[in-house]
Amino acid sequence: MNETATMKGFPVPSSLKVAPGTERTQAAYPYYMQFTKDDDQRFWFYNSMHFPEPMCVFDMVTAEAAYVALGSANTRIHCLPTTLGIDCRIINGRVYIGGNGVTDPAEIERRTKEFQQRAFYYYANWERLVAQWKKKMIALIHEAEALPKPGLPDFEPIEHVHAGRGIASNHYLLDVYQKTLEGYFRMWQHHFEFLLLGYGAYLTFFDFCKKAFPEISDQTVARMVAGLEADIFRPDDELRRLAKCAINFGVDNEFGTGRSPDEILASMKQSGEKGKAWLKELEVSRDPWFNINVGDGFYHYHRAWNDDLSMPFAALPGYIANAKNGDRLERQTEKLMDERKKLIADYRELLETEEDRAAYDQMIELAHRVFPYVEGHKFYCEHWYTNLFFNKIREFGALLAQYGFFPDAEDVFQLSHYELEAAIVDLMTAWSNGSVPRGPAVWPGVVRERKAAIAEWAKQDTPPALGPVPDIIDDPAIVMLWGITRENLDKWLSAGAQPNSNEIKGVAASNGVVEGVARVVKSAEEIDRLHHGDILVCQVTNPSWTPVFQKIAAAVSDIGGSMSHAAIIAREYGLPAVVGTGTATQKIKDGQRIRVDGGRGVVTILV
Amino acid sequence: MQSSEIIGWFADIGLVDRPTVGGKGGSLGELTRAKIPVPAGFVVKTAAFERFIAALEKEDPIRPKVEALGSQEMERITAVSRELRERLENALLPEEVNSQILASFVELCGPGNNLPLAVRSSATTEDAADASFAGLQDTYLWVIGLEETLKYVRSCWASLYSVPSIAYRRKHGLPESGVAMAVVVQGMVNACKAGVMFTRSPQTGDRSVVTIEAAWGLGSSVVSGEVTPDRFVVAKITGEISVREINDKHIRHLPAPNGGVGEFETPEEMRREPCLSDAEILALRDVARKIERHYGRPQDIEWAIDHSGRILLLQSRPETVWSAKQSAPVAKPAEHPMQHVMRIFGGRR
Repeated sequence: MNETATMKGFPVPSSLKVAPGTERTQAAYPYYMQFTKDDDQRFWFYNSMHFPEPMCVFDMVTAEAAYVALGSANTRIHCLPTTLGIDCRIINGRVYIGGNGVTDPAEIERRTKEFQQRAFYYYANWERLVAQWKKKMIALIHEAEALPKPGLPDFEPIEHVHAGRGIASNHYLLDVYQKTLEGYFRMWQHHFEFLLLGYGAYLTFFDFCKKAFPEISDQTVARMVAGLEADIFRPDDELRRLAKCAINFGVDNEFGTGRSPDEILASMKQSGEKGKAWLKELEVSRDPWFNINVGDGFYHYHRAWNDDLSMPFAALPGYIANAKNGDRLERQTEKLMDERKKLIADYRELLETEEDRAAYDQMIELAHRVFPYVEGHKFYCEHWYTNLFFNKIREFGALLAQYGFFPDAEDVFQLSHYELEAAIVDLMTAWSNGSVPRGPAVWPGVVRERKAAIAEWAKQDTPPALGPVPDIIDDPAIVMLWGITRENLDKWLSAGAQPNSNEIKGVAASNGVVEGVARVVKSAEEIDRLHHGDILVCQVTNPSWTPVFQKIAAAVSDIGGSMSHAAIIAREYGLPAVVGTGTATQKIKDGQRIRVDGGRGVVTILV
Repeated sequence: MQSSEIIGWFADIGLVDRPTVGGKGGSLGELTRAKIPVPAGFVVKTAAFERFIAALEKEDPIRPKVEALGSQEMERITAVSRELRERLENALLPEEVNSQILASFVELCGPGNNLPLAVRSSATTEDAADASFAGLQDTYLWVIGLEETLKYVRSCWASLYSVPSIAYRRKHGLPESGVAMAVVVQGMVNACKAGVMFTRSPQTGDRSVVTIEAAWGLGSSVVSGEVTPDRFVVAKITGEISVREINDKHIRHLPAPNGGVGEFETPEEMRREPCLSDAEILALRDVARKIERHYGRPQDIEWAIDHSGRILLLQSRPETVWSAKQSAPVAKPAEHPMQHVMRIFGGRR
């Protein structure tokens, strides 16, 4: 099987054509992210885990900031022995990435020495450094929150003159913009400070379990490590709490079907003390826990719950109904922790030697120490901070729209971050000189063209990988973060070879067999199409999707491993799940009946 | 009929009694005492065999004749085997042995004396993990009536003098005086489905799974390899069923109209149907775990499920293949836990 796979390989980058009519939009991405002929020699894969939809030109800033930070952590800070950073390319709006490995034994040796001084220091001082990290992150968030809303007065306020400030408001446009961008790049540096080390410790335990128990399932190892107490689970917990409050205060009937969040809020306000009490509880939850967005924080249009209450409010009726049916609404963390403890002890008992048991104890202890960071950092980085970032850019969008640069504030995301800075300087210049900005003559056409390009790209199928298949995937970063293994690539290749096969294989993520109607959800905006009992088929899920798990019967995703969000939540809800299928959203048609066998990792299309 | 020097009821015996009840008998006793459901039965202990041989040797020597054989002399071994087996199969039992088996038989079968029985040899050397005799002795299924039972008890004893059995002992220089045979007499399970299970993976040696092989009818079709059984792999601890391999079970073993067991074609609609439900797989896993815990080591188990859905255990013996391998530790403890991460970050070695 391996041999045929090698012979087939994936298409080389140069064989991909930019879709006709979208060339100028493609050219708007930075030159260092365009494929060149040299890239044909390397293996690339489509990062649909983080970027499942075509990227608006501005949104590529996330890929840029993230890979700069990931690379510096691996290459220069912790000096991972065998792996450097990840190169990133974009074509037709799709982000492809490829890892840089170290193969020279002398260099690995040199880096190993450095790694042991650096990474080991982090492991040894993990709790202190994580506590310090959290302080840094909160400070960074407050810094971003403190940035003023960009605006241009007719005349400078007289107080500025009396104070002798001597700097006009237009300067602060550039200042705030650059600080916004700088903060975002800094946030990503924080994001990767611990991440690889954390995943590495987890994978160490994982690897041990796979050797000691060759037939253990990925999800069992994941259950031994997962904590479920991380901050990323809090938003969902808050919804359960609010559901209970609504019942206790007697305002649960406000959440009838067909009412918008605004209507509900208005009606609550008018319903006297009870409604006001609930609204007070809502405010408690919102700051900061509704700073979670409906995506993974990688697209500007994945709005935070705080900015769009429809997602959390859509989930409330389900939680209220569950509570009335006598379900304990709190996640049964204690019970889950007891189960975890028992699972660990039971597997320990099966180990053959005292030495194994001692090594097992050490590895699980390390995994438990590091994992809360791995689970928890997302709330602060990808959600809270990222929401602030995109909202600040949105404020610039509103200002530019006010000056006619484009019709709508949201259009700002069609400009690259370089172009946006140019537009800001354009506006600064016009404002200071009393002349007319040039942007309004340039950007509306560009924005239209780019929106059309994104729509065109969204229709196209995307090869999951490009270039020659490596003999072995030996890059711990690629394996850990994307679950890309040689075995997976072979599965993807063979899936392409049998387009008529009704079986799709993936990672067995959560046990159980269920048949039902597939709801292929390509973006977070389509979530409300899910009905009770549907099977969610998506590219990737993220924590803000958690509330939909109360109504679905099973989950299937293109990307993800046994520790991915969908896997963790599916196990918690006891739903079958198959993740990392590579092609489910392309092969399964919306409305088809499918069978999900979460124990075997197989999805069958029932004709 | 109380247990005695000659008869041992399952509830009264255990593994420690192996020298007098044989490995199979000891194991069934042990399972019964551990409250694991086993079809009721008794063991005709080695003392019965000793008395039988002693009576026969008064007429003509048996053991010295075997001991005089060289391990390579296949022709002489064959001739002696034929002679001895014929003597054992046709001789009358000593009076006391006969009466005690009769009394136990009546007690086991209850009124009518027509309960189908399994008569199985239980050698004292069998099941020792270091010199497995498994398969060298005989099992007779669906035996009905006293005459048949006594006949097969003698057949079991005689099987000790089969050509392979004698050859094996001569090859290993085992003294004949140490050779004895107990016989298990046990109620037969009218199995709807049956098979074997291992409390580790036969492929990888993984101790965290139970591998179950199952087919319709009696388990003899699986043990003998006459049918390709369904194969299931279930995680011992979590109960996840990771493998469900459903095969074409073209035949099944069922009681034959004239006694004994026959091979029958499986009805078309059952052949490719899974013969175990998930609930049954999980129930078998529970039993497997209980047995393994009881013995403190991996087991190789024969089981059956009767028409009322009851799981019954027919045999359990230590798994020998993987257990014999010297298991090297997967990892050794490090001076500090974090040093283990070099397994991941250190690159391929």
